[in-house]
Amino acid sequence: MKLYCLSGHPTLPCNVLKFKSTTIMLDCGLDMTSTLNFLPLPLVQSPRLSNLPGWSLKDGNAFLDKELKECSGHVFVDSVPEFCLPETELIDLSTVDVILISNYHCMMALPYITEHTGFTGTVYATEPTVQIGRLLMEELVNFIERVPKAQSASLWKNKDIQRLLPSPLKDAVEVSTWRRCYTMQEVNSALSKIQLVGYSQKIELFGAVQVTPLSSGYALGSSNWIIQSHYEKVSYVSGSSLLTTHPQPMDQASLKNSDVLVLTGLTQIPTANPDGMVGEFCSNLALTVRNGGNVLVPCYPSGVIYDLLECLYQYIDSAGLSNIPFYFISPVANSSLEFSQIFAEWLCHNKQTKVYLPEPPFPHAELIQTNKLKHYPSLHGDFSSDFRQPCVVFTGHPSLRFGDVVHFMELWGKSSLNTVIFTEPDFSYLEALAPYQPLAMKCIYCPIDTRLNFIQVSKLLKEVQPLHVVCPEQYTQPPPAQSHRMDLMIDCQPPAMSYRRAEVLALPFKRRYEKIEIMPELADSLVPMEIKPGISLATVSAVLHTKDNKHVLQPPPRPAQPAGGKKRKRGSDDIPDCKVLKPLLSGSIPVEQFVQALEKHGFSDIKVEDTAKGHIVLLQEAETLIQIEEDSTHIICDNDEMLRVRLRDLVLKFLQKF
Amino acid sequence: MPEIRVTPLGAGQDVGRSCILVSIGGKNVMLDCGMHMGFNDDRRFPDFSYITRNGRLTDFLDCVIISHFHLDHCGALPYFSEMVGYDGPIYMTHPTQAICPILLEDYRKIAVDKKGEANFFTSQMIKDCMKKVVAVHLHQTVQVDDELEIKAYYAGHVLGAAMFQIKVGSESVVYTGDYNMTPDRHLGAAWIDKCRPNLLITESTYATTIRDSKRCRERDFLKKVHEAVERGGKVLIPVFALGRAQELCILLETFWERMNLKAPIYFSTGLTEKANHYYKLFITWTNQKIRKTFVQRNMFEFKHIKAFDRAFADNPGPMVVFATPGMLHAGQSLQIFRKWAGNEKNMVIMPGYCVQGTVGHKILSGQRKLEMEGRQVLEVKMQVEYMSFSAHADAKGIMQLVGQAEPENVLLVHGEAKKMEFLKQKIEQEFRLLPDAKKPRLLHGTLIMKDSNFRLVSSEQALKELGLAEHQLRFTCRVHLHDPRKEQETALRVYSHLKSVLKDHCVQHLPDGSVTVESILIQAAAHSEDPGTKVLLVSWTYQDEELGSYLTSLLKKGLPQGAT
Repeated sequence: MKLYCLSGHPTLPCNVLKFKSTTIMLDCGLDMTSTLNFLPLPLVQSPRLSNLPGWSLKDGNAFLDKELKECSGHVFVDSVPEFCLPETELIDLSTVDVILISNYHCMMALPYITEHTGFTGTVYATEPTVQIGRLLMEELVNFIERVPKAQSASLWKNKDIQRLLPSPLKDAVEVSTWRRCYTMQEVNSALSKIQLVGYSQKIELFGAVQVTPLSSGYALGSSNWIIQSHYEKVSYVSGSSLLTTHPQPMDQASLKNSDVLVLTGLTQIPTANPDGMVGEFCSNLALTVRNGGNVLVPCYPSGVIYDLLECLYQYIDSAGLSNIPFYFISPVANSSLEFSQIFAEWLCHNKQTKVYLPEPPFPHAELIQTNKLKHYPSLHGDFSSDFRQPCVVFTGHPSLRFGDVVHFMELWGKSSLNTVIFTEPDFSYLEALAPYQPLAMKCIYCPIDTRLNFIQVSKLLKEVQPLHVVCPEQYTQPPPAQSHRMDLMIDCQPPAMSYRRAEVLALPFKRRYEKIEIMPELADSLVPMEIKPGISLATVSAVLHTKDNKHVLQPPPRPAQPAGGKKRKRGSDDIPDCKVLKPLLSGSIPVEQFVQALEKHGFSDIKVEDTAKGHIVLLQEAETLIQIEEDSTHIICDNDEMLRVRLRDLVLKFLQKF
Repeated sequence: MPEIRVTPLGAGQDVGRSCILVSIGGKNVMLDCGMHMGFNDDRRFPDFSYITRNGRLTDFLDCVIISHFHLDHCGALPYFSEMVGYDGPIYMTHPTQAICPILLEDYRKIAVDKKGEANFFTSQMIKDCMKKVVAVHLHQTVQVDDELEIKAYYAGHVLGAAMFQIKVGSESVVYTGDYNMTPDRHLGAAWIDKCRPNLLITESTYATTIRDSKRCRERDFLKKVHEAVERGGKVLIPVFALGRAQELCILLETFWERMNLKAPIYFSTGLTEKANHYYKLFITWTNQKIRKTFVQRNMFEFKHIKAFDRAFADNPGPMVVFATPGMLHAGQSLQIFRKWAGNEKNMVIMPGYCVQGTVGHKILSGQRKLEMEGRQVLEVKMQVEYMSFSAHADAKGIMQLVGQAEPENVLLVHGEAKKMEFLKQKIEQEFRLLPDAKKPRLLHGTLIMKDSNFRLVSSEQALKELGLAEHQLRFTCRVHLHDPRKEQETALRVYSHLKSVLKDHCVQHLPDGSVTVESILIQAAAHSEDPGTKVLLVSWTYQDEELGSYLTSLLKKGLPQGAT
């Protein structure tokens, strides 16, 4: 059993598990932090961005000035943004049988894997995961394709040149494998390989392994996975939450009794309390708007935004914001809002019961109905005529490198009345803001990450008691910025095994048993004997049938029937099949009783001699000698089969068969 | 063979009051709990005394499963749980859980308020009954207890309809409920994986029908409605509030739009809007096309179809009215029918199956003079049309499902006896399964039983685990050979002889002069008295007995002369 670790990002994992005869990929996360090294893609030409000075080496050599631009002391690649893919060389990805997806954020690399590695298997994911994952991909493709950029920089990737660059470019890993965004065609093809699954569905893989998604409480349709055979169990925990937000609560009980628990996707901001952050978000938003400023919320089109809208729904009237327009701008804004209302079965109990009334589960339906919230596919078109300030805009992408958010950053960045509030935890807000510096607008950092924190993890581990924990190396030490916080790491016994990108872990357990079914006919014929109190044994001779990795024991074929008229009788000339198995023997032979038995069966002239280890029984008449020791009996006789068989049967009477 | 017992408490060879008791692996599961539309007396509900005469329902039943919200599958539920008394879990899908209480309440109102029946279940009972419901997801494996698990599959038919797999250990039953194997305008086709149940219990409403293409039926339907409206007639379409109603509304809506027709379409009862709302919220249960386009255009928002008011029935001019219930046995549809029946310009289209005893069934079987309440005779002059739009699988569909699931046995229910006989033969003809080729292997081991834990291990392992020592039983036989040569040469002759005879065995000649066949040892020694005789000592363990005994008898016959 091995784990191949293809991603170094703890919340965007990509691991491959080899278990029994199957090869299972766990998640397919795409590390998008690589895009922070690139210049933003503006929707309309931005004079500021296009006039940034080219970067030159210390010695004044400016051959890179077309590719690299400098902004407030940071250097950016002026090119189509690129993403850091999971490792594709560590294992032959065409051998992957299935891919299990845990939530929509962890499937963004799917098209790269399914379309370009010879992958021929099946992908399993829940319906909300697929639908919202599709929206995220659609948005991403749309953001990048609608502003075609002629330039594709590659010179800087040259190893010898990269060494000379300033950080963080210098330290960026695997830049040669960075890829541009996929196309919608690739997305569609990748998504067509997905098979929809429901929570607690038991999915058989070749009859050898069973996989089951469990609710993980983090997002609509998000799941943890159980990968098990009859006697081994691996739990894959990825992006889970114990907070009460909109998704169905996390199923913890089913994670119990795992041999190995792979733990990924913990909170990226372990020191922030999501509830507190939501409060801060609301008050900062109100403050800015009251002062006549605009609020920009860079966000993904699904997920936390539903909770934020719900909070605002309760908050705006009491905060006197009823007249402030809320705009949600994304090519998939409408779809996302609509889709959120139809997944009642995947929502928390409160929201589920609303649907029975029938009412839409999320209150943003009412915000839309009352015109408080308006959504637009992009800032072109209807939006420009409806646009009123001051206002609140939710739009992507949270990296601030592409999407409509770039426009609003350029538009509102110069005024200190405006505020940008960061709620998504995936990108460092300082790095995200770097190409916009110097900025006058206020920046508020309220990261809302509902995933498990270390206190919750340690409680969870105590509860479900896995034998071994495997996690990304980042979780086995405190965060670099808070190296004294020993509480910000996983603490368990035995210590968690950690992995890093491109590593292969041998998981510490051995498979020892398989499940076998015994046919009733065979079970009937077994004769158990109690060896010790509570423990019985029965010897089994049977025929093992194996089909689809399922094993069944059936009664052995009857010994050749001599009665069969036409069949040739089995003569003594036939060479015996050495596959016929005889049981092992155990026990010891009490000499006196044995001698009595011999006498009873007509043997006479019996002499018993004591030896160092036991006895020798001599049958002088039959010229036979029987050595009896504690754990062995040796019958030495003339070649008289009848005699030998008689003696054998007498000996066997005193022994137990196994 | 495992024993699975099936007892239909209703809908054995009949449509209506579906209720099947399945006993499997020591568990008792009740599948559906329906009422019969054709009866107003005791026969309306399944006969639960079959269970209760031996004790309480809750003690006997491990769970109840409801396949979908049609009353002939869930109509007796409040009676069963609140009046007869059952407190165990009731499983159904989310849409069924949402819609079922509404239909039950509707049914109760008609029975109690309109017909004045006493001793019927109350609104509160419906609520209490629904509290016992546990909602299941599609494909979710629900562990009812440690041994019993159930799993729902998509069944088409109506919103939220499901087929259920019931599994105890390695034994399983699949109950289809009502299902549809062809996608229609708003629902997808039923699907099940190759779960190979021991028994498939399938409905067989349309056991003998192989329906013509759906498109033809739809065209026919539209043509008839269109003609009637053109000649100024009124068209009554009795439907149940949820199910076919939505399908036909979508059909008429698109037709009206395309043909730019002006005649009004009405939908009776206040349920409509609410019903359509359910369809919008449970859109994941509809077919792929609707699911894909719902963001742009929700198919359940109708432009041409408006709410019906009782007074409209007397309005002059053409109109189309969808009215509940679907079998003309009560309520608004029956009222409108009585009003319009006398005019030959009018038309009633029965889009689904009608059970015996209902007005719908009577007019479909050609009866034109109906005896109504109060000895009144109603003469039916209006056109009566029957169009099978109910979403049941036809014979072809049933065969298809049998092919998908690959059951060991098939049980037909929810159909008419004669038609079932026909389908039975057909299934028997088509699915005669051939045994699979397997690679059997002989195995010997020890089964260790400790509490309820059974482990099959090798005999050596069993001995080791129990701390027992193996007792070795060894035999050594003396075989006398007439051979004046030296022992070493005798051994060599034995070796080459055995080598030539035992081609499949490992025969070795060891440096110390002995010969081995597998683990059997043969040594040659001189005879103490007779120099012309050699003694072969053949030694083997009990486990090699067959081969050992064979070798002695072989050697006893002597060595071939030519051998060196």
